[in-house]
Amino acid sequence: MNRYRWRTFALEMVMIAAAVVVAFPVYVLVNLAIRPPSDNSSPIRPTVRPTLDNFTQAWQEGGLGGALVNSVLVTAGSVLIVLAVSSLAAYPIARATARWSRGMFLLIMLGLILPFQLAALPLYQTMRDLGLLGTVWALILFYSGLQVPFTTFLYIGFIRALPRDFEDAALIDGCRPLEAFRYIVFPMLKPITVTALVLNAIAVWNDFFTPLLYLSGSDQQTVPVALAGFVGQFVSDWNLIFAALVISIVPILAVYFALQRSIINGFAGGLKG
Amino acid sequence: MLLFAFVVLVPSARGVYYAFTDWDGLSPDFSFVGLGNFADMARDPDARQAVWHTLVIAVAITVIQNGFGLLLALGVNSMIKSRNLLRVLLFAPAVVTPIVTAYLWRNLLGPDGAVNSLFGAVGLDSWQQDWLGDPQLALWSIVGVIVWQFGGYSMVIFLAGLQSVPKEIYEAAAIDGTGPVRRFWSVTRPLLAPAFTINLMLSIIGGIKLFDQVYALTGGGPGHATDTISTLIYKDAFTLGEFGYSIALAVVLTIIVAVASTSQYFVLARNERAAS
Repeated sequence: MNRYRWRTFALEMVMIAAAVVVAFPVYVLVNLAIRPPSDNSSPIRPTVRPTLDNFTQAWQEGGLGGALVNSVLVTAGSVLIVLAVSSLAAYPIARATARWSRGMFLLIMLGLILPFQLAALPLYQTMRDLGLLGTVWALILFYSGLQVPFTTFLYIGFIRALPRDFEDAALIDGCRPLEAFRYIVFPMLKPITVTALVLNAIAVWNDFFTPLLYLSGSDQQTVPVALAGFVGQFVSDWNLIFAALVISIVPILAVYFALQRSIINGFAGGLKG
Repeated sequence: MLLFAFVVLVPSARGVYYAFTDWDGLSPDFSFVGLGNFADMARDPDARQAVWHTLVIAVAITVIQNGFGLLLALGVNSMIKSRNLLRVLLFAPAVVTPIVTAYLWRNLLGPDGAVNSLFGAVGLDSWQQDWLGDPQLALWSIVGVIVWQFGGYSMVIFLAGLQSVPKEIYEAAAIDGTGPVRRFWSVTRPLLAPAFTINLMLSIIGGIKLFDQVYALTGGGPGHATDTISTLIYKDAFTLGEFGYSIALAVVLTIIVAVASTSQYFVLARNERAAS
């Protein structure tokens, strides 16, 4: 069954056709982004006089530079906190057999189910009282809390499958528990840390609802919020909007194509638990 | 853990309390209205519609996205030459910010958009539609966009499941002369049970909480034809200032998510056990 036969060829054609359908919107996106606004021909016809003016104008008027910096800050800040907190929290929960460990586990499961919409509104008030509204700190704080249950959950599953011999040996040799974690356990967690890093980074980078709430009305924006504002401002100037969309997609796709192998494997592996 | 409590648990608990008040989100004084918000919701046709839309979207996405993802996974798990390239390409939409893809599709699906142009170019003029402006169609257009974006996501998870199936089993089945359909049903499907669990859970929870795509594609319109619970929560809280009512909606959302995910979890976990 491993030979390449006509049936395999037919399947190959079907799959390539599927990929073309999936890629079609991207073709239109780029096609319109490099087209001067005066060109009103059909969006599927290749542009005859390509230009980069849309990009310069979108960059200048969209505030995308600042938004990119904010998005990077928020994503890096929250992901670092989430990884540190989750791995440290997961370790004792996964290892201890006491009753509180089971209770903590259930509490974390609860955090997986609660939709963030429920917490987001009351927290809006708290953030305002703390004067954090409209700053990136509100977002870092929010995501750090929001993503901890899921990440801890991933870590617990992984740690339970690890042998404890190494840490036991280190503890007998007079290592303090935190040192054992830092030098013995954490390095062993590397595969799941990479997965958690990717999953969290995508979730934080892509989120729109939370920054829309917590940053609205301030000059601090993340990329999705800046884009929403930009679309609202240039409602029907789709060439400009598409140029802005391209600018916002390029960094993510560049990272994705550079790391795609480990991202796809990490995704699948991490979710398999 | 403190952080988690501060950000999720405490506000959630406060949220549940506010759901029973007429708080407007700003003033310090508000009164307790008991089940008033929930009674209003039962009378509010917009809210009832939003709940219905949420359920339709969640179920449709779960079925179509996973069906599509499974077919793709079977395709790229076969011996075709372009399989590695296709895996990368088909998964790519899933990493792009949903709001970006939603704006892209808002244009593609417009009356003069690329989708209609394409149908026109191949002579299928009768297929041209106002995909997002027609109240009957808009909800399904949203489902289509999400399937486009996350079909590859389901694919990758199914693919991981498929690759853990030992090749010897297939060879044994092939020697026994079983056809491809039979092979899929009796050999592959049971072994994919864990992948099904993860995929179905993710897509149903994602579908129920859906906000970004609806906001950017239609804003809940035309009229209220595509409002989901999440978009209504946002509108009630931030454009109408009805925080209490909005949070009551969030409580309903929570209950739906909790019921859907736990019941689904138990059914799927039983299937997994039955399969192993």
